[in-house]
Amino acid sequence: MIRPTQVPMREQDPKARVHNFEEVPFGYTPEEAVSEAERCLQCKRAPCIQGCPVNINIPKFIREIREGNFRAAIRTIKETNNLPAICGRVCPQETQCQAVCTLGKKYEPVAIGRLERFVADWEYEHGVELPEVGKPTGFRVAVVGSGPAGLTCAADLRRFGHAVTIFEALHEPGGVLMYGIPEFRLPKKIVRAEIENLLRMGVELRCNVVVGRTVTIDELFAQGYHAVFVGSGAGLPKFLGIPGENLIGIYSANEFLTRVNLMRAYLFPEYDTPIKIGKVVAVVGGGNVAMDAARTALRLGAERVVVLYRRTEAEMPARREEIHHAKEEGVEFEFLVNPVRFLDSSGRVSGVECIRMELGDPDESGRRRPIPIPGSNFVIPVDMVIVAIGNDPHPLVPRTTPGLATTKHGTVVADEDGRTSREGVFAGGDIVTGAATVISAMGAGKRAARAIHQYLLTKYGHAPVQGA
Amino acid sequence: MHLIRKKRVLGPNLVELEVEAPLIAAKAQPGQFVIIRLHEKGERIPLTLADWDKDRGTITLVAQMVGKTTHQLGLEYDEGDVIADVVGPLGNPSEIKFYGTVVCVGGGVGIAPIFPIARALKGAGNTVIGIVGARTKDLLFWLDRMEKVCHELHVTTDDGSFGQKGVVTEPLREILRTRKVEHIWAIGPAIMMKFATLTAQEFAVPITVSLNTIMVDGTGMCGGCRAEVQGESKFACVDGPEFDGTKVNWDLLLARLSTYKEEEKCALERYLAQVAEAARR
Ligand SMILES: Cc1cc2nc3c(=O)[nH]c(=O)nc-3n(C[C@H](O)[C@H](O)[C@H](O)COP(=O)(O)OP(=O)(O)OC[C@H]3O[C@@H](n4cnc5c(N)ncnc54)[C@H](O)[C@@H]3O)c2cc1C
Ligand SMILES: Cc1cc2nc3c(=O)[nH]c(=O)nc-3n(C[C@H](O)[C@H](O)[C@H](O)COP(=O)(O)OP(=O)(O)OC[C@H]3O[C@@H](n4cnc5c(N)ncnc54)[C@H](O)[C@@H]3O)c2cc1C
Ligand code: SF4
Ligand code: SF4
Ligand code: FES
Repeated sequence: MIRPTQVPMREQDPKARVHNFEEVPFGYTPEEAVSEAERCLQCKRAPCIQGCPVNINIPKFIREIREGNFRAAIRTIKETNNLPAICGRVCPQETQCQAVCTLGKKYEPVAIGRLERFVADWEYEHGVELPEVGKPTGFRVAVVGSGPAGLTCAADLRRFGHAVTIFEALHEPGGVLMYGIPEFRLPKKIVRAEIENLLRMGVELRCNVVVGRTVTIDELFAQGYHAVFVGSGAGLPKFLGIPGENLIGIYSANEFLTRVNLMRAYLFPEYDTPIKIGKVVAVVGGGNVAMDAARTALRLGAERVVVLYRRTEAEMPARREEIHHAKEEGVEFEFLVNPVRFLDSSGRVSGVECIRMELGDPDESGRRRPIPIPGSNFVIPVDMVIVAIGNDPHPLVPRTTPGLATTKHGTVVADEDGRTSREGVFAGGDIVTGAATVISAMGAGKRAARAIHQYLLTKYGHAPVQGA
Repeated sequence: MHLIRKKRVLGPNLVELEVEAPLIAAKAQPGQFVIIRLHEKGERIPLTLADWDKDRGTITLVAQMVGKTTHQLGLEYDEGDVIADVVGPLGNPSEIKFYGTVVCVGGGVGIAPIFPIARALKGAGNTVIGIVGARTKDLLFWLDRMEKVCHELHVTTDDGSFGQKGVVTEPLREILRTRKVEHIWAIGPAIMMKFATLTAQEFAVPITVSLNTIMVDGTGMCGGCRAEVQGESKFACVDGPEFDGTKVNWDLLLARLSTYKEEEKCALERYLAQVAEAARR
């Protein structure tokens, strides 16, 4: 008999956790993991594998968990996924591997993400095995950005034996994993450990180097790099373009989260970076970023946090689990509303005027288009606003790399394997797709590493040509 | 880790530092800046590249001690110490070309960033008129350097302790009234740049200013440095820091600079108390 429901994951009590930054779910015990693993049907055609962007052999690693062979399970996962402890926590499993799970047709799907997290955490406790580094090829590859795309590409290039240098603009590596996603969802020690592993594999990391400013891609080639991977991610937060959006107290989610996560503003004044927290905070948007901002504001002491979203809950792009967590913690939601203007009290934001919306016909994305209802305006008094309506691509690399084709949205044009319009320059992750997911950025990094490897071998044969 | 090669006190609450940063020195251009973070718990603050030496691999920064971070830099960091992070050069370079006659106005610590711009403009064949000003004589610095890169130099102090008594807009107005000027650069406190802009507008002379907004990353990621320019939100770190002064919403800029007033005061008082405590022991 198969249990219809997943083994639940124990979590911190919502009342307690809104006062701390510790991780919310505790993770499975070995017994819980084995018990959940027993639910898997071991399907022959395993649709779950196709549902995973990096095609982890899911039935195999679940079978290994069932047999209590956790070491084998983590090895199976790591054949295709370099960052399982991270993906197990932040992957939108419910729309990927678990969405197509056979068991999910009748019952709850297998908790693939939780099992992945379990074995990754198990490995940390019992000793991490580093992937084998290939024989030195003599080729040097530069990787721009240390988000999931850059980290994955760098690791795989090392496996092929290439020398790799990562250039990162900030003082700490990790990209969004470090400055965006909060501690209570992704403990930073996990990200640091992954980066530590990369360094042990011989990847060179240079922080505080802004490619396009400190050094350009053309100069990297002139310095002897044979290929470049651009994983510079999404930057440039979007704003609403409505009156009052530059008032004091209005933050982009990126700024708010960066101050808190990267600069530790929640420890001000012990740490030097300040943050202003309002009593009543409006968060504009409906994605993971909005949920992270809302839950962070609560933890920093806001009395009320209200998420303003212009469609309904069903259309929210955030992961279900995060919406659920946010609600449990007391985040309020106003659906079908859109801000039209911010109110000003001597330079500071004092309210947000909204208009009610209704859903009309579906737009290009297939979601029903929100339409304002004339005359339905109303004001919510707030003293802080966090705008989380998305980011445009990081502008510096495209602006400073002649011949690198971009789309009208500013993303870099690249094929499935990351080849751009410039020979020897590859790209992947959010800089190519626009804001997406950790696992898709990782997948892009992996494919690009393979393409770079092929490119180097085809172009130079087996030994690099000096000065080429 | 960036070694401080040299440190010099320029005046009350004013320090000049020569810092090792070969990559930045090799790329620096007038108008650009760096972001520094002193230590693990430090804030990231922007400082303009006041000078650089490719051969020595160093950059020169001038900092006015206004809050916790700049006080710590001025009081605790000496020759031989290291600054944890220095990143740059950031921002777009000044548009250096032949204009004809140009005026370069530096107010207060703004004298430092205006210096390399004046030097480059002179190098491009312009007739460079310099105007520098400060509240009082002790706060003036680099007059010798400015003299070398300007065809003529006007100096003002608010209290008349040196040069002409008054503010920098007075000689600026005088010059605009009597001479044909093609372009003005003005760098200093926001309020000074605002009034320099109003003066330039009276005479319909184009003016470039450098916005000292609050920044975090300096790479176009956070949006904290936004300013309203011609009714649009612009990011000073990637779209600027230089803008056409006539298009800047100055009141908003001034308001945004006061965002963390209370926190900054608290941090500075706490820090100065710690310094006093350490001195007593
Ligand atoms: C708050 C938040 C929550 C999210 N939650 C989830 C989630 O739950 N699940 C999920 O799957 N995805 C989530 N995402 C999206 C996911 O994090 C991104 O899709 C992913 O990180 C993209 O990876 P990347 O490697 O392309 O870029 P990034 O992670 O953005 O990394 C890019 C790196 O490049 C550096 N860089 C940029 N320009 C330069 C330059 N010129 N020179 C040198 N370095 C440069 C940046 O500083 C950065 O470190 C979230 C995003 C945010 C912001
Ligand atoms: C492009 C640019 C170039 C600059 N160049 C110089 C320079 O060459 N010399 C110099 O002395 N100053 C310069 N500044 C200003 C300098 O960055 C601030 O004085 C410094 O950040 C203050 O830090 P603090 O902790 O000592 O003071 P705080 O107590 O934090 O702040 C004092 C005041 O400084 C401003 N400020 C605070 N934090 C920041 C921040 N992160 N970024 C920018 N401004 C901030 C605010 O207006 C604040 O009211 C520049 C600013 C910009 C944006
Ligand atoms: S990486 Fe993501 S999509 Fe793939 S199996 Fe793991 S949780 Fe599922
Ligand atoms: S689809 Fe579901 S039940 Fe089938 S193998 Fe994959 S995880 Fe197991
Ligand atoms: S400082 Fe963050 S975008 Fe300019």
